[in-house]
Amino acid sequence: MAVDYATLKKGGFMRQKQKNNFSLRLRVVGGNLTAVQLAKIAEVAEKFGDGHVHLTSRQSVEIPFIKLDDIDNVKNMLAEGGVEPGVCGPRVRTVTACQGAAICPSGCIDTYALAKELDERYFARELPHKFKFGITGCQNNCLKAEENDLGIKGGIKVKWKEDACISCGVCEKACRTNAITISDGKIKLDESKCNFCGRCVKSCPTEAWDTVNGYIVSFGGLFGNSIAKGEAVIPFIDNHDKLMEICDAAIQFFADNANAGERFKFTIDRVGQDKFKEKILEVYND
Amino acid sequence: MTDINFQTDDTVDITDVVCPITFVKAKAALEELDEGQTLAIKMNDGEPVQNVPRSIKEEGHKILKLLDNGDSTYTLIVEKVGD
Repeated sequence: MAVDYATLKKGGFMRQKQKNNFSLRLRVVGGNLTAVQLAKIAEVAEKFGDGHVHLTSRQSVEIPFIKLDDIDNVKNMLAEGGVEPGVCGPRVRTVTACQGAAICPSGCIDTYALAKELDERYFARELPHKFKFGITGCQNNCLKAEENDLGIKGGIKVKWKEDACISCGVCEKACRTNAITISDGKIKLDESKCNFCGRCVKSCPTEAWDTVNGYIVSFGGLFGNSIAKGEAVIPFIDNHDKLMEICDAAIQFFADNANAGERFKFTIDRVGQDKFKEKILEVYND
Repeated sequence: MTDINFQTDDTVDITDVVCPITFVKAKAALEELDEGQTLAIKMNDGEPVQNVPRSIKEEGHKILKLLDNGDSTYTLIVEKVGD
């Protein structure tokens, strides 16, 4: 019987150079695994693999040296530990995330909650080519948002609360974009310079800022055979539901316009950056 | 507010060390103080003045003022909170 490699690949089984051996990619969301999942993965690697796993470049885990005949047994055993196979090929891939605001002092958004939501909404959705989401919690960009087809970066929009301010001067120096100047005890915020990093908020001793946590979204990043930085075509998004609508619109634009095997960036370039921007702005302003 | 003369209980100079020792040295100096006492921390421009105040805040202490010494150093006035 002929082996349907495309179906296996879709189900996360990556053909190895060693005949009849597959490296099984697992479904990981936002780079998190529970201890129970890890124990089960270890058990499967011992029993059905060669006793090692590979951590992929995008926060997944692969178990190499799985034999074709063991595929069903492997899936069943993994399921006992709440582990599912991942995907490869032309569809929505692993949603990656840094630790975000739930763990990291620098985080501006709950990246893991958002990764889970995007994973539930889009994971494995069939598209003309691969589509990668990446979520980073702040301007430190540990998760490299702009190398993804759709990158999300957390940020904080600030407004000075004069009555709470003691004019200590800390924020003026904490700001790395020189958006804050203080004179005569009054703070002036140059919004055109603010990059929403939130350092003024996080360093302020008296919480003298009104804050709105939100998202900076970039589109069309890729970092493989071709390399391009995703571009932010819309301003700061201060609303979670709006973010979801924009993700829907972007992925729909890709589904509607891309040629088979064409990455998002090249679809945007071919159809026109202006047309794409118009589409996304329409949703943004709606 | 700038002409308030800050009388502090102790001073520490962290201009001779780099991150993360800057914060460690400041923290060690704060540990010597009693609650409510104040410390003047002298630090360099750049990374120390961008990051040390935030770390002090995250430790739960009260920042009162950041003074520009006019020589590429700054002095952070901190009130100790907690034992």
